Amino acid sequence: MPRISIQYFALLREQRGLTEEQLETNALTPAALYEELRARHGFTLPANRVRAAVNGDFVAADAPLRPDDQVVFIPPVAGG
Amino acid sequence: MFSLSNQPLDPAALKLALLDPRAGACVTFEGWVRDHNDGRAVRALDYEAFGELAEREGTRIVAEAHAKFGVLAIHAVHRVGALQIGDLAVWVGVVAAHRGAAFDACRYVIDEAKARVPIWKKEHYADGASEWINGATRGDHAG
Repeated sequence: MPRISIQYFALLREQRGLTEEQLETNALTPAALYEELRARHGFTLPANRVRAAVNGDFVAADAPLRPDDQVVFIPPVAGG
Repeated sequence: MFSLSNQPLDPAALKLALLDPRAGACVTFEGWVRDHNDGRAVRALDYEAFGELAEREGTRIVAEAHAKFGVLAIHAVHRVGALQIGDLAVWVGVVAAHRGAAFDACRYVIDEAKARVPIWKKEHYADGASEWINGATRGDHAG
């Protein structure tokens, strides 16, 4: 299975208990990967509240994931 | 430019970088940590950022403001780390030939930054509870 790196921030970091991990997954998109992680770790945010970034920039939830991609799921932001 | 800082912000020093003989207006915005939110007493905040993308998205917002409003210079800085009540959390400075563009660009940058830049705020309440805030909106309230 392809290996993906995931970095966690804020609420997701606390709910996962990690800042980063590597994972082998068959998920083909960020949306599918988020659902996999949500089911496994009990993330409280629904997928439609979370944006995805791959390799340092925003992507659509249904963008293709490739081996060795670095994925970040972005909870609702709250700067200022 | 848009940057993050884990050190206290110094508005006077930040403004010096905007000095320009063509400028007739300087508008600055300071977002401060206030002692309440949604009816709860707040005693402190933590800000956390996805640094690489925060600076990238913030820089895009600054470029958009330049294109829309034709100002001379924009600088925005957001704090990360542990902040206390009254601390300066975000500073935006804009200089332009005339005040209208400076006001508009400053408002645009802070509103878009609050809505789009991956920075998160955890509020610590007087009753001992803590919560990540999920309420990003454009322009509903300052600070």
